Amino acid sequence: MKKQTIDTRPAGPKPWNDPRVRSLFFQAIAIAFVFWGGWVLVDNTLSNMESRGISTGFGFLNETAGFGIIMNLVPYDATMSYGRTFWVGLTNTLLVSAMGVVAATILGFIIGVARLSSNWLVAKMALVYIEVIRNIPLLLQIFFWYFAVLSNLPSPRQSVDVGGALFLNNRGLYLPEPLTQEGFGIVWGGILLAIAAVVGIRIWAKKRQLATGQIFPTFKVGVAILVVVPLVSYLVAGSPIEWDIPALKGFNFGGGITIIPELAALWIALSLYTASFIAEIVRSGILSVSKGQTEASKALGLPNGLTLRLVVIPQAMRVIIPPLTSQYLNLVKNSSLATAIGYPDLVAVFMGTTLNQTGQAVEVVAITMAVYLTISLLISLFMNIYNRAVAIKER
Amino acid sequence: MRKTKSIALGIALAVGTFSASGAMAATTLENVKEKGHLQCGVTSGLPGFSQPDEKGNWTGIDVDTCRAVAAAIFGDAKAVEFTPLTAKERFTALQSGEIDMLSRNTTWTLTRDASLGLNFAGVNYYDGQGFLINKGIGVDDATQLDGATICIQAGTTTELNASDYFRAKGMDFKPIVFDTSEQTVQGFAAGRCDVLTSDRSQLAALRSKLADPSSAKILPNTISKEPLGPVVRQGDDQWFNIVKWVLSVQINAEELGVTSANADAMLKSDNPNIQRLLGTDGDMGAKLGLPDDFGYQAIKLVGNYGEMYDRNVGPDTPLGLDRGINALWTDGGVLYAPPVR
Repeated sequence: MKKQTIDTRPAGPKPWNDPRVRSLFFQAIAIAFVFWGGWVLVDNTLSNMESRGISTGFGFLNETAGFGIIMNLVPYDATMSYGRTFWVGLTNTLLVSAMGVVAATILGFIIGVARLSSNWLVAKMALVYIEVIRNIPLLLQIFFWYFAVLSNLPSPRQSVDVGGALFLNNRGLYLPEPLTQEGFGIVWGGILLAIAAVVGIRIWAKKRQLATGQIFPTFKVGVAILVVVPLVSYLVAGSPIEWDIPALKGFNFGGGITIIPELAALWIALSLYTASFIAEIVRSGILSVSKGQTEASKALGLPNGLTLRLVVIPQAMRVIIPPLTSQYLNLVKNSSLATAIGYPDLVAVFMGTTLNQTGQAVEVVAITMAVYLTISLLISLFMNIYNRAVAIKER
Repeated sequence: MRKTKSIALGIALAVGTFSASGAMAATTLENVKEKGHLQCGVTSGLPGFSQPDEKGNWTGIDVDTCRAVAAAIFGDAKAVEFTPLTAKERFTALQSGEIDMLSRNTTWTLTRDASLGLNFAGVNYYDGQGFLINKGIGVDDATQLDGATICIQAGTTTELNASDYFRAKGMDFKPIVFDTSEQTVQGFAAGRCDVLTSDRSQLAALRSKLADPSSAKILPNTISKEPLGPVVRQGDDQWFNIVKWVLSVQINAEELGVTSANADAMLKSDNPNIQRLLGTDGDMGAKLGLPDDFGYQAIKLVGNYGEMYDRNVGPDTPLGLDRGINALWTDGGVLYAPPVR
């Protein structure tokens, strides 16, 4: 095709008059400018730092950190390296983000549907929730949940005691920790068996429905199997779990699992705030499905629940997914506000204490930005894959 | 907010050299003179050290350290603008040239002196880390703090000292790290932690911020050395000398009995030490690139070290701190300034 153009025009335009050559030329210049700009920034930063006597490089990651962190999902103590503080911060960020995404999605869907309810009170309550929560700055909400709730909880010695196993005070929520004993492998076997059985039943039920039209109650049977089989194997193995129950020692409770108030406050605030946006997205998604679809489904005799599940939601998802992705990204990025209430997330630990103790601002900020970028791109990637799966398939 | 600030400073560092050739040629002193004021980094509010009042006037011993430098340069103690900084922002602000000097109860350590491109220009307060605890808990000594939850301000040497102390004693603690000292006090007041740890002078200041200051007490233990002082950028020795010697002049003035009240009378003094200090003899100022009466101006307009101390943190202030080791060497303290000659 291109060759033909040239062939049919032996006396073609001069190169500087040829639009293709010209556009290539300007694109090359643009790229050269971008690279030159990038190089100037990096080079300037390095030479500036050198001339000011600021040490550079990533060697600091292997130095001993020497400070404590209240919550760590990966093993950590003060004798470990600055590099390890990065992983502690990162896992804490991922934890609160994942918890927030799950809670915000569930809450957002419920409120979004409630907003469209034919029940006047329910619809108005959802409306008030959305308008109040999404119009108050997130930082204020985090402070509210932290200080308002914290100051109303009792001190460790006056803890709220639930059955002598669960304690609530202003240092956090203390839960018994299950410690698996010898023989727990049998229980794992039971769990795997149950999952395999449920998958098998689902495949069989679908086949049968396609062949005969008969519907099998997969959901109810599946739940029953998932509960009964592991329970039986647990009893057969002789109850191989011991509970580490928290107990008051000196200043605080020791043992068990602790959910620190910083995590709770941040999680609640992030979930409630993002849920208000997700609710509006869900509402717009549902409203985008034309009324005819619902009416047609009703005419076919599908009950309300099935109409919603099989007809409305799948079509609404196509509208919901792209903006929902943005909300997930916002939630992850907003989790960096953790630093305001002392939750040890990536920004608080790594870009806070580590940056300050080492003074390697440029390196630490670059790493932190790269991490947030990576997390965000990964979320986008997975949501795009899911989006392609639910998108309209043109045949 | 802080994140944006760090990034902005990073960009400043990156783009800075476009004007670098010009900036490098001009010394900090020339820049300050051209601006007509000194840009000084302080805390966002710590009673006794640097705090704005309701009219926006800054007071405190760190503030006076800056004012003395301004007085020495311009003969005007008000030719200072203050930049409030959190502990985390302070070094980047100085490195990137946003401020001319940092006077923000900053501890002098080897790492900071050697790897941040900064120089500590002396000590204006000798401090040490201590613990503030709720009286109701019934602990009298830091060795009884095993298992305690401790509120700490982020980005301070305090974080490392607390960790070192507990590790050395084989004790355990849970750190709750807040961004600003304000939030740290709030966390302590809300009962999130049993103990608040910081420099002892700060503990006195923070305690005075509690709704009921008598409900908390400071434990007798001092677990670290915290020499606090003004900091300047590395690479401008003239400016380093100016900040160092203005502070030294203030300490020498106290030793020689020169105060803001008697500075004018002292101009007629026959004591050659006082004559050199106030600039009536010799060319001490010229050696630093300052007017010869720089010492007179600093003392007249701000005061000697003792006045600065008594006015801001001394026994008659809400902080009520005794001179302790911050007394002159002649009075049993460690303040010992090199001679002006």
